[in-house]
Amino acid sequence: MITLADQLLVLVLLINFISLGTSRLIFSIRSVAVQGVILGILPGLIHPFSWHLVAITIVIIAVKGFVIPQLLGRAVRSAEIKREVEPFLGFVPTLLLGAVFTALSFGFAGRLPMLPEHQNYMFVPASIATLMTGFLILTTRRKAISQVIGYLVLENGIFIFGLLLAEAMPIMVEAGALLDLLVGIFVMGIVINQISREFSSLDTSLLTSLKEE
Amino acid sequence: MFAALIILPLIGAFVTWLIPYDRLRPKVLSLFAFAHLAITIHMLTFTPPESAGGWFHLDALGKIVLLSTSILFLTCAIYSIGYLFYRRERSNRVICIGLLVCLSAASLVTITHHLGLMWVALETTTISMAPLIYFNRNARSIEATWKYLLICSVGVALALIGLYFLAYATIVAKVEPSLLLDDLIRDAGKLSSGWVHAAFVFLLVGFGTKMGLAPLHTWKPDAYGEAPGLVGALLSGGLVNLAFLALLRVYQLALATKEIAFFQNALIVMGLFSMVIAAIFMARQADFKRMLAYSSVEHVGIMAVALGLGGKAVFGALFHILANGLTKGVLFLSSGNIHRSYNSKSTDHVRGALRRLPWSGGLFLAGFIAITGSPPFAPFISEFTIISSAFIQGRMLIGAIFLISLTIIFIGMALTVLPMVMGEVPADSETTSYRDSIGTVGPPLVLLLMVFVLGIWIPAPLMALLSDAAALLEVHP
Repeated sequence: MITLADQLLVLVLLINFISLGTSRLIFSIRSVAVQGVILGILPGLIHPFSWHLVAITIVIIAVKGFVIPQLLGRAVRSAEIKREVEPFLGFVPTLLLGAVFTALSFGFAGRLPMLPEHQNYMFVPASIATLMTGFLILTTRRKAISQVIGYLVLENGIFIFGLLLAEAMPIMVEAGALLDLLVGIFVMGIVINQISREFSSLDTSLLTSLKEE
Repeated sequence: MFAALIILPLIGAFVTWLIPYDRLRPKVLSLFAFAHLAITIHMLTFTPPESAGGWFHLDALGKIVLLSTSILFLTCAIYSIGYLFYRRERSNRVICIGLLVCLSAASLVTITHHLGLMWVALETTTISMAPLIYFNRNARSIEATWKYLLICSVGVALALIGLYFLAYATIVAKVEPSLLLDDLIRDAGKLSSGWVHAAFVFLLVGFGTKMGLAPLHTWKPDAYGEAPGLVGALLSGGLVNLAFLALLRVYQLALATKEIAFFQNALIVMGLFSMVIAAIFMARQADFKRMLAYSSVEHVGIMAVALGLGGKAVFGALFHILANGLTKGVLFLSSGNIHRSYNSKSTDHVRGALRRLPWSGGLFLAGFIAITGSPPFAPFISEFTIISSAFIQGRMLIGAIFLISLTIIFIGMALTVLPMVMGEVPADSETTSYRDSIGTVGPPLVLLLMVFVLGIWIPAPLMALLSDAAALLEVHP
C-alpha cells in the first residue's frame, strides 16, 4: 500500500506541473479535480479501514473532485474565457521555478525529524511542493480563475500534510476546514461573476483603480 | 453558556434572513447584539468552568477580546439602524446576516482553546465579511473584495499548515497528539525544535496577513477604503483583534519553547516595519478612509512591537486591544457619516466638516486626537506604557523608531484631517439628504466617551482582568 500511496503522490506532483504549464483554464480545472480525487483516495491507503474513513473519502472526493470544479467550470463558461493569456511570468519560467521549488521541498523535508514509519513516504515533500506550486500559480497568473485554481492547489498541499495527522485532528475540525474551503470558493465564484460583469473580463490586472499614486 | 454565545447570533442570522422588511432587520440585529453583550458580561463576571476535554475555556485573554468585540458590535448594530436608513436603495439582508454570522464566529475564536477550531472560526470571519465589503456594488468595491478574500484566505491557509506542523511535532515527540493549547504548552519542552520553528514562521505569516502587518497589509487600504463605515469599524476594531488573539495564543506556546526570542524579534521587526510603512503612506493621503486603513496598519504594528518587547509592554498591548478597537469605531462610524453627507471620501471635496456636520466632524476630530496617542484618551495610556517599557529595557533604537514613526504619523494624519474638518464648505460641494441625527451620532459618541473614561480611569475589574491576562504572557522561569 505504501508504494501505491507514493506513486499517487508522484501523480500529484505531475499534476502540479500540468497546472503550471497549461494555459487552458478548463484543462487546468480538470487536472486539479483529478488531484482532488487522488487526495480522497490517499487516506484509505494509509489508515486502517473504518466507516469514518469511508465517509471522509466520499466527502473529499465529492467536494474536491466534483463540487468545486463544477463551481469553477460554471464561472469559466459564464465569463466566456478559455485561456490564461500573458501571465505576469511566462509558462516556461514558472515551470522551471516549480521544478526548483519541488527540489527544494525535498531538501527541506529531509532536514526535519520524521516518525520512523513516515520516513520512507513522500508526504512531506509532496505537500510542500504542492503548496509552493499553488503559491506560484497565485502570484504569476492574471486571471481571477487561475488565482482560485492556485488557491485550490495550495489547499491541496496543506491537505496532503494533514494526512499524517489523522489522530491529532478531530473530525469536526477537518470538516470545518473543508466547509470553509467550499464556502470560500463559492464566494470567490460569485465575485468572479461580478468581476466579469463589471469589467467584461476576468483580468485581475485591470483591478488597479485602488493603487497608491 | 458557551453554546449560547455561539448559537444566539446564528439564530439571529436565521431570523434576519426570514424578515422581509429592510426597516425591521437592523433593529433585530441590534436586539441580538444586545443579548450577546448581556451574555458576554454575565460570562465575564461568572466565568463558566472549562468544558469537557478543554476545548472551550474563557481565559483572561479571550475575555478582553470578547468584551471589546461585543461592545463594538453592539454600537455598530445600533448605528446600522440609522445608517442603513440612508442606504434604502438596496436590500440590507446580506449585510445583517453577514454581521451576525461573523459575530458568532468571532465569539468562537475568543472562547476556544483548540487551535484547529480557532482556525476554522477565524477563516469563517474572513469569508462572512467578504460580501459586506462588496456592499456598494461597484468596480472599486469588487476589486477590494477580491484582494481581501484572496490574500486573507491564502494567509489563513498558511497558518493552517503552521498548525499542522505543530500537530506533527507532537506526534514525532511521541506525546499525546493534540492541538489543544493547554496540552501543547505542557508538552512544549519535548517538541522537536525544527518543526516548531517552521510552524512559528507559518503561523506568524498567516495570522500576520489576517491582522494586516506590513508587508502583508496590501489588502487593507482597499478593503477599509471601499467598505461601508460600519464594516470598516468592525474590520479594524474587531477582526484585527481576533487575529491578534490568535498570535497571542502562538505567543503563549512560544513562551514555553526555546523559540521565544526568535518569535519576539520577528514581531518587533514586522511591527516596526508596519509603523514605518504607515508613516510613509499616511502622508498626503487624499482618501480619508484609506488614511484610516494605514492608521490600522500602524496600530497592529504597535501591538506587535509591544508583544515582541515583552514585560510591561505586554500590558500596553492588551490595553491597546480595547483602546484601539473602540477608537477605530469612533473614527470609522463618524467618517461614514461624513462620506454620506458629502458623497465623497476625497479630501479635495470634503472641507469644513465641522460647519456642515458639527457632531460627526467633531467626533472625527476627537477620534483623530485620540488615535494618535494624545492624552487624555485611552490610546495614550497604552502607547505610553509601551514606549516607556522599551526605554526601561534599554532598547533605545526600537523606542526611537517607534517615537519617530508616531510623530510622522501624527503630522501626516493632521495634514489630512485638519483641512477636512476646518475651514469653509466648498461652494460646489454636493449636498445629500444626510443629516446628523441621534441614530448615527449617538453610537460613536458613546464609544468616544468610553475611550475618554478609559484614558483617565481604568475600573478595578478591568484592571484585574488586564493583569490576569498579562500574567498569562509572562516568561516562565
